[in-house]
Amino acid sequence: MGSCHGHQMCAIAAPEVFGSDELGNATVLIAGDIPAELEGKARRAEANCPERAIIISE
Amino acid sequence: MTDTRKPVESLLTDYDIFEPSFIANPYPGYSEIRESECPIAHTDRYQGSWLPTRYEDVVALAQEYEVFTSRGILVMPPPPGQAEGAYGGVAAPPITSDPPDHHWHRRLILPVFAPQAVAKYEQGTKDLCNALIDEFIDKGTADAAADYAQHIPVRVISTMLGVPFDMEEEFTDWVRGVLENMHDLERRKRSRQSIIEFFLAQVEDRKKNPRDNDLITELLNTEVEGKKVPIEYVLGVCNLMLVAGIDTTWSAIGSVMWHMAQHPEHRKQLRENDDLWPTAIEELLRVYAPVTMARIVDRDIEFQGCPMKAGDRVLMAFPAANRDPRQFENPDEVILDREHNRHVAFGSGIHRCAGSNLARLEVRIALQTWLERIPEFELVDPASVTWAGGQVHGPRSCMVKF
Repeated sequence: MGSCHGHQMCAIAAPEVFGSDELGNATVLIAGDIPAELEGKARRAEANCPERAIIISE
Repeated sequence: MTDTRKPVESLLTDYDIFEPSFIANPYPGYSEIRESECPIAHTDRYQGSWLPTRYEDVVALAQEYEVFTSRGILVMPPPPGQAEGAYGGVAAPPITSDPPDHHWHRRLILPVFAPQAVAKYEQGTKDLCNALIDEFIDKGTADAAADYAQHIPVRVISTMLGVPFDMEEEFTDWVRGVLENMHDLERRKRSRQSIIEFFLAQVEDRKKNPRDNDLITELLNTEVEGKKVPIEYVLGVCNLMLVAGIDTTWSAIGSVMWHMAQHPEHRKQLRENDDLWPTAIEELLRVYAPVTMARIVDRDIEFQGCPMKAGDRVLMAFPAANRDPRQFENPDEVILDREHNRHVAFGSGIHRCAGSNLARLEVRIALQTWLERIPEFELVDPASVTWAGGQVHGPRSCMVKF
């Protein structure tokens, strides 16, 4: 469900993984796989998105 | 003033969002409705409204913008005749807009409120918090709401709009007139008129004397599909920034101060662990979400078993959604390192609060600056704290000593 509406809660949970575009919507800062040390934070970003717009695949 | 309102018979069928005890502490009431057989309450008061209290229902409402429209977003209908006369159509875009116009109404202002854009207000906000604290730090006592919280967002918004600080008192009075005291229809009408007249003069001034790096000048010069945006849009955005940007954040800061005054363990946690701040601010926003919005039902519809009619008003009580135990473990508890927090203090869907990044910044700076200067403080008398509620919930007076 859902798409980004710029809550920025992902960037708060995982600033190394998510950023903001000019409108304040989320951007992904990492290309490809999420480094192991950031996985926890990325999962937290997924769990904090009010729009359920983030899906981290295995 | 004697309270002449009719006593509430049942929260499920007769809630009164302006009843003094509900204003002061709406959470037990939300909980009673949420856990009843009828988690969407109804009242005939204030020309009638529905009140969903479960997270899932509130989010569904926010997402279904074609059914639940933004033709009316206040928890009480406007005074009769408000839309008449010159500039009667001035609204508060994009909060009052529906698609398709909502798209450009919102698109134009989002860059102003993106995280990287609001970061430039951080130092100024810190300076102004320090200046406010300078005024009372030697007294050993202060009103954390009226001497502190109340002055922060109004000055930040004045800076953004490029209007003088000496309008602070008028702005605050007008905003209270349209929100906190919206049931006083005469005052509400007068306050709205004052806001429009003030910004009309600002707009005229910018037309004659355009300024650099000035939001109002930039809005006036903005073109959409080859045409300058209508003046009603510019006035509407100014109206929005005042009405949605002041009372809301001031209420959130006030509630956070009220909380911290009673929780030395949370002050200590924040002092000792810088990494805690991001989750702590989100958690405080969840628990003390100030804003309830409204929607107008577009067409007859059954929503979760409730027969809603076209034109009905539905309240989106984000503070109720944020304390739903189906979504949040121990929802009434403040857990500063809460890991899973899909709170909707700023709403959900296409109307997500445009100023959310600014509000967060203000709440964080206000609390950080206070804790740096006044690490230990407590309420003078918990019973003397006064509250505003209805559309926006937060303390209006909150005396603390240190």
